Amino acid sequence: MDEQRSGSKISRGAFVFGVTLAVWLLFTWPFAPIEWPMIIAGALVAILSGVLLGEMTTRHPGRGLNPVRYFWGACYIFVLAWWVAMANLDVAFRVLHPDVPINPGIVKVKTDLKSESAKTALANSITLTPGTMTVDLSDDGHLYVHWINVSSTDVEEATHQVVGRFEPILRRIFE
Amino acid sequence: MSELAGKAIIIVGTLFNLFGCIGLIRLPDVYNRLQGATKCVTLGTCSILLGVLISSGVSPTGMKALAAIIFIAITAPTAAHALSRGAYRAGVPLWEGSVVDKYEEEGQ
Repeated sequence: MDEQRSGSKISRGAFVFGVTLAVWLLFTWPFAPIEWPMIIAGALVAILSGVLLGEMTTRHPGRGLNPVRYFWGACYIFVLAWWVAMANLDVAFRVLHPDVPINPGIVKVKTDLKSESAKTALANSITLTPGTMTVDLSDDGHLYVHWINVSSTDVEEATHQVVGRFEPILRRIFE
Repeated sequence: MSELAGKAIIIVGTLFNLFGCIGLIRLPDVYNRLQGATKCVTLGTCSILLGVLISSGVSPTGMKALAAIIFIAITAPTAAHALSRGAYRAGVPLWEGSVVDKYEEEGQ
């Protein structure tokens, strides 16, 4: 048990190391000519972040190695971009309309996603999509969502309309 | 060509930032304003950065714009979430025209 725990600690640290180093390399682009001092400095700081912050990150770092998840992640970017564009046209319509047609309220929706990262991604996606903004997340898998144009106060119906867009694809990425 | 496309996207982004600001003035309460501000300003700013990325291509500037897009897309909704929850906890009321408040009913 103890061995398993320390193993997972190292892989969590390695996950943070990989992400940090990737961001650093993005910032120090281009690599020609290769500047080793720069890359080594980045690697040292990435090791430090891995040691210090490994505890706080995902509980399943091994999932970061599965290419199928990256494929769905790429699809998710397009799904999200589409809904973000729709959200903006929706808000633009509402604020430019002379009567400001809104019908706001806070509704409750349910999610079946279990992992913390999936719930975070879902809450952020809901905030970026048409007329909805996550206010709070309860421990038993319910989200409280501020909806600018409430069309149903029923939990099931609101879940279908607000969460249904993202839940299947997020499950493929994070769970 | 990519220069022109980049400029067009920057103009669209600026327009969406403007809509976000109009929303900030016209919408009635904290929560609705946060909605307008978060959505429009996120897309607006990301579009401006995307325009920079397209017009400068795979270069140091372009890669930094790409990194900034990723950070904004992750942090802006998180900040909106924190602000709305904080406002609710501090007792800021919903607009009187609001139709439902499950959050209060559930006694959170």
